[in-house]
Amino acid sequence: MFRTEIKVMLKAGVLDPQGVAVQGSLLTLGYGNVGAVRVGKLIQLELDAPDQAGAERQVDEMCRRLLANPVIESYTFTVTAADGSCTAARASAADGAPAVRPEVEG
Amino acid sequence: MRFGVVVFPGSNCDADVYHAIRDVMGEPVDYVWHKDTAADGYDCLVLPGGFSYGDYLRTGAIARFSPIMAAVAEHAAAGKPLIGICNGFQMLLEMGLLPGAMLRNDSLQFRCHFQHLRVENAGTMFTGRFAPGEVISVPIAHGEGNYYCDGATLAELAAHGQIVFRYCDADGNVTPDANPNGSLANIAGIVNRAGNVLGLMPHPERCADPLLGGAERADGARLFASLIDSWERGMAGGR
Repeated sequence: MFRTEIKVMLKAGVLDPQGVAVQGSLLTLGYGNVGAVRVGKLIQLELDAPDQAGAERQVDEMCRRLLANPVIESYTFTVTAADGSCTAARASAADGAPAVRPEVEG
Repeated sequence: MRFGVVVFPGSNCDADVYHAIRDVMGEPVDYVWHKDTAADGYDCLVLPGGFSYGDYLRTGAIARFSPIMAAVAEHAAAGKPLIGICNGFQMLLEMGLLPGAMLRNDSLQFRCHFQHLRVENAGTMFTGRFAPGEVISVPIAHGEGNYYCDGATLAELAAHGQIVFRYCDADGNVTPDANPNGSLANIAGIVNRAGNVLGLMPHPERCADPLLGGAERADGARLFASLIDSWERGMAGGR
């Protein structure tokens, strides 16, 4: 069993209206030292996989097919064995990579 | 011309589209359930507006993997007309049948009002009854209609006449003030390169029945009538 944490953020350069609103609110509260704010998503999932590499491969595929939209979002994730024996982190292709969505599969 | 309206959990404009097609346009129409796996026999499929799957994850992201969607993609690949309205447009983007993606409205507000649109391409199978550059009025109702794509994609869209509708003011000026959601280049609706897949945020079905707002606000009916014209002339799959 593996535990995964996937972080999905809007790509750099893509306007984040939520982040802008939160920034404005923090400034209103008097936190005048706040700079840019970005709001993203954190997804945790448990995964049954034969080994670490297989788990990572599958999570990466899930990110590309469903959990993130490569047109506007990038993702990073960590995969940790349930017994804590092994942890690995991976990230999506750099911003600016071709934004192509995979075709629908039956 | 036979229409199919795909119904997802959370669709809320399916009945409006059904009414516009059957009662206003006088064409045969069926509901198509999202769990069906075939959509044969339809000349046009419509993905209606609403909040499919509660907009969880991203708008349209879950609906994209509904059992019916393989048949919807086949329908589009065969060159038959496919219209995505509002949430349906978001699904078409998630499916990759149209380029780009939707972001939260830049105002963070849910915008719900009649909106002026400029007809940028009156040569599509969906817009023959409009004049080029004509200003029409169609309701919008969305929180995530802020269209985004990269610069190369935008250039492609413009170069091939794929931008069909832009948000504008009453005089047809495409300005930031007339943009209700922050959409790139004021984009309100686009078609695919082949011209048979239309995605738009405004709701033509909500201004199709003259009983609802008077004949001068029936611009939505003209969109459906344009498509039926095209089909009768063999331009949209044909008889």
